[in-house]
Amino acid sequence: MGIVTPGFEGRRRESAARLPPGQYLTGDFPVLSAGPTPRIALDQWEFVITTETGQALRWSWSDLQALPSETPTLDIHCVTKWSKLDTNWEGVSLDTLMSDVDTTADFALAHSYGGYTTNLPLEDLLDGKAWVAYRYDGVDLPAEHGGPARLLVPHLYFWKSAKWVRGIQLLEEDEPGFWETAGYHNYGDPWREQRYQGD
Amino acid sequence: MTEADMTEAEMAGEYEDGNALAGPLREIFAVDVTAAVGQCVSCGLIGPIAILRVYRRAPGAVARCPSCDAVLLRLVRGPSATWLDLKGIVSLQIPLPVAE
Amino acid sequence: MARAAVPGRLSAGRRLEWHVGQLADYRDETPTARTLVLDVPDWPGHLAGQHVDVRLTAPDGYSTERSYSLAAPADDGRLQLTVQRVPDGEVSPYLTGVFSAGNPLEIRGPVGGWFVWRPAEPGPVLLVAGGSGIVPLMAMIRTRRAANSQARFRLVYSVRTPGDLYYATELGHPPPGDDGVDVSYVFTRATPEDWPVPPRRIQVDDLHAEGFSAHVQPACFVCGPTAFVEVVANMLVGLGYDPSRVKTERFGPTGG
Repeated sequence: MGIVTPGFEGRRRESAARLPPGQYLTGDFPVLSAGPTPRIALDQWEFVITTETGQALRWSWSDLQALPSETPTLDIHCVTKWSKLDTNWEGVSLDTLMSDVDTTADFALAHSYGGYTTNLPLEDLLDGKAWVAYRYDGVDLPAEHGGPARLLVPHLYFWKSAKWVRGIQLLEEDEPGFWETAGYHNYGDPWREQRYQGD
Repeated sequence: MTEADMTEAEMAGEYEDGNALAGPLREIFAVDVTAAVGQCVSCGLIGPIAILRVYRRAPGAVARCPSCDAVLLRLVRGPSATWLDLKGIVSLQIPLPVAE
Repeated sequence: MARAAVPGRLSAGRRLEWHVGQLADYRDETPTARTLVLDVPDWPGHLAGQHVDVRLTAPDGYSTERSYSLAAPADDGRLQLTVQRVPDGEVSPYLTGVFSAGNPLEIRGPVGGWFVWRPAEPGPVLLVAGGSGIVPLMAMIRTRRAANSQARFRLVYSVRTPGDLYYATELGHPPPGDDGVDVSYVFTRATPEDWPVPPRRIQVDDLHAEGFSAHVQPACFVCGPTAFVEVVANMLVGLGYDPSRVKTERFGPTGG
């Protein structure tokens, strides 16, 4: 840690009991990005689940909208230390999307428009833990926050909630994604402060 | 090198250039690397690190080709180590300082 | 009388470390921009165009960094940075308001080896500044002066209004040694009284001038917000300036 800068406070931030270690509460919704914002037309948009045997299930935008949706209220935690509590989303549960998928795979790799990837164990996508979300705070998810649709996996650091998600690839072997191959933790549990490899 | 008056949406896709990586890279390399010249593995564009499009509002810094947007470099600074991925660059020609 | 500038060298082979500087003095360039004069012991010197990273740490350990271009040549361990106060910024309101004489500031640098001008280069040099992009270009003008260089310089400085000009007096009433530095202005939102043209964005005609045309291949330095830099760099290349002689530095959305 460097020397303290007298009189410097930084952005408004608070700690609270509901925050994982090392996190600060934020009032806004910071936008982080590693590249240009993809712009995807809804009539081109597609979500695909590919299994380890090569079977592919696809949903168009209207297919997605026709599925039963949920409106979870969630706390989200970014590895850059900001957290946002009680955020409101609407989306389709991965349990719904996976209900007709035949797989023995243990791992998943999420792919996004623009090339981003992130990996997680398949079980972390199931049992009410993940959604493909397309509305935030009552409005269509804006592009800078991952719209038309993003993955939402709130129990892990938010880099696992892939913006502009286009599909999930089910794999028998784990394949680390974009940040996981650049020093970030392979799993990313905020409650065990698993930010970097080796944590 | 800060800029004002942009909405979050505008800032989301905004980038700096490779000059912004001068400090972080200088922590790793013994010389300045912003003048180092490399070639994009994706499209073959040749140029100095200084002209790459750098996105830093992220868990790490991502430098992309100004021509094809391919990821050329990623830099993550953790508490006790820095990760540097240069696999998007064919090779890097780093000028050694001239005695002045 | 001006001191001779310490000739800068790209420091090589030494680990880059955080220095601790102290605020020695400040000057308000505009109602929202302040030049900080910092004393940094053991400063290795720097080249015009280089920048520093500063780091601020709150009592609870939270810290954040920003980059600022050096505004002048090194002067006996004294550095100058010009900071624009960004509304709702995190760092700039502190540096332009709270930070006071004697307070410490962590500084890392100098860094940057591409967007630099060395007095040994004979010129001519075309400088194009958008807003706060003037800072590293002013370092080049001041370094030229301190080194008694005769290189022909031309500065095209685009700002929103006359009240946004940094270094207004120095550019408007140049000191001796600035013969050979031509300055022209572009005002995008409001002009001075009796200005011959209405407010407008920079145009191709603002860029070329006698002695600085493409065929003499001046060194070109363009600095400012990303959009400005792209437009100007494209104009220069379109006018026939050699792209390898057009160096750019974009100020990006680090948040203020």
